[in-house]
Amino acid sequence: MTAADLTRDASGIDGAKQRAIRGIFFACAFLSVLTTLGIVVVLLEGSVDFFRDVSFVAFLTGTEWSPLIEPREYGVLPLVWGTLVITVGSAMIAIPVGTATAIYLSEYAEPRVRSTIKPILEILAGIPTIVYGFFALSFITPQLQRFLPYDIGTFNAAAGAIVVGIMIIPMVSSLSEDAMHAVPDDLREAAYGLGATRFEVSTGVVLPASLSGILASYVLALSRAIGETMAVTLAAGMAPQFTTSPFEPIQTMTAYMVQVGISDVSIGSVGYQSLFAVGMTLFVMTLGMNLCSLWIRSRYREEYR
Amino acid sequence: MSDDTSMNETPTIETHTEAKSTDDRSPASEADADVAGMDDQSIGEETVIEARDLSVFYGDERALQPVNVEIPDRQVTAIIGPSGCGKSTFLRSINRMNDMIDVARVDGELLFRDTNVYGEAVDPVALRRAIGMVFQKPNPFPKSIYDNVAYGLRIQGKDDDLDEQVESALRRAALWDEVSDRLGESALDMSGGQQQRLCIARAIAPDPEVILMDEPASALDPVATSQIEDLIEELARDYTVVIVTHNMQQAARISDKTMVFLTGGELVEFGDTSRIFENPDNQRVEDYITGKFG
Ligand SMILES: Nc1ncnc2c1ncn2[C@@H]1O[C@H](COP(=O)(O)OP(=O)(O)OP(=O)(O)O)[C@@H](O)[C@H]1O
Ligand SMILES: [Mg+2]
Repeated sequence: MTAADLTRDASGIDGAKQRAIRGIFFACAFLSVLTTLGIVVVLLEGSVDFFRDVSFVAFLTGTEWSPLIEPREYGVLPLVWGTLVITVGSAMIAIPVGTATAIYLSEYAEPRVRSTIKPILEILAGIPTIVYGFFALSFITPQLQRFLPYDIGTFNAAAGAIVVGIMIIPMVSSLSEDAMHAVPDDLREAAYGLGATRFEVSTGVVLPASLSGILASYVLALSRAIGETMAVTLAAGMAPQFTTSPFEPIQTMTAYMVQVGISDVSIGSVGYQSLFAVGMTLFVMTLGMNLCSLWIRSRYREEYR
Repeated sequence: MSDDTSMNETPTIETHTEAKSTDDRSPASEADADVAGMDDQSIGEETVIEARDLSVFYGDERALQPVNVEIPDRQVTAIIGPSGCGKSTFLRSINRMNDMIDVARVDGELLFRDTNVYGEAVDPVALRRAIGMVFQKPNPFPKSIYDNVAYGLRIQGKDDDLDEQVESALRRAALWDEVSDRLGESALDMSGGQQQRLCIARAIAPDPEVILMDEPASALDPVATSQIEDLIEELARDYTVVIVTHNMQQAARISDKTMVFLTGGELVEFGDTSRIFENPDNQRVEDYITGKFG
């Protein structure tokens, strides 16, 4: 038996073509890196301009936000507060409901039921957010007004939190279900074999074993809630204020950015530049969340083999 | 171990049909049940598990021909046979683990201490508390060694003196000396043989009456295997052990009774291990045991 000729010429493999293919793939991958960098640079530049006119400390600690109308104030806290209210409120809805949905789909539902519900959840996740906004305005708020004995405005934080909560349920349930589904059946059998009930298996074995994936789904859903724009603008309004009442209008950072976008502020004005400062704040917050998610993933590695 | 009291605490798996108590073992059988080598008709042998025309189907496929067998108390009963002959299927029908498989269906009766476990009133959760199980692949929970052993005790509400019970189970599983100083460490950091003994400790901790084992040593090296074998013989003092094995020598070494399944899910022969290995009734069993086929 003679040795195969392994030289490039004899093999018929076109080296230049292989390199070209590799180059194209690399360019595509690099494009998204470039885009991210570009966004950061734009945000930074605008923010630097903004902070020439406004003190950094005043921006971060001020409690009045009114960059477009006199008297102008540049305290970002009311916007951060608005975003927090929506995020925490929606988490209070999406985390319990989403986790319970995931447990149901992974541990209780028959295969037929699961294969019906999962696509429906994915459709829910694909609905444009502006539609959710209209849903809040035309359904959730009227229902709140009807059933709750409070004075509830057309725009209110509660409707915003509820609608964002509904919006991110599919994210929590779908990613958590994936994590739970990946837990090997061995572990379930071990627990059932010891006389565990389905509930005990779900909460005492499957949930802890898939904790990292579940926590990561929470963080991703929350960063989605932080960045959510159209639904909250429509549902919760454009009134930057510190209020503990969920039935008053608020303004989130994203809603403010919409407001500037559609207003007639002149390019280069402080009002216009505030867009970048707020955008930067938002970017830092979601970046923090995503790093947090990465950390959770590496910290609580899936502890089964 | 607290064997005597726990027998009375065995969960009653039957709630309202004819109440045949689960602690009706005769005093004679409470004595050391080391009856290996006795005849098939030895006196004082009490039946714990009895199959009456038990068949199992997966969808339309029949996996077990009607099985009739009486498994005696506190002995080791081995199940042998070629691959795919229904050994695991039979074993898992005893504690209703087959319930987990959507397409599995059972016909006939399986009596555990005279109660048909497939009867209307039987709760499989209670059944599995009385019949523990050890699997082919060691499957410890991704928890600490301690929490693994304590798991069954906790869910079964037997969590008084948890530390003592965990220690006792680990001792009975011949694992205590190796792990006593690292109970808080993850069970996943143990060797395969240790993990399997941990799974045995976990299964016996809540003091079931019967322990089912599906090829518990097949993933282990010879040293770990012989440790497990010693352990099984030890366990048979207090528990009824039913073990599936592919290893003929292992069955001969450790079991008192042997069930031989052959292809098609047919229980071809059942009896004292010594007799089956020396002088089987059935020619096909003899061929299988001597390695002529299978
Ligand atoms: N979940 C299942 N669904 C459908 N058929 C199954 C299932 N489990 C087992 N079977 C079939 O039932 C028969 C008996 O399988 P079983 O696992 O009981 O064999 P076994 O004797 O344990 O084999 P092995 O020695 O390889 O473990 C086989 O033909 C197998 O294909
Ligand atoms: Mg098997």
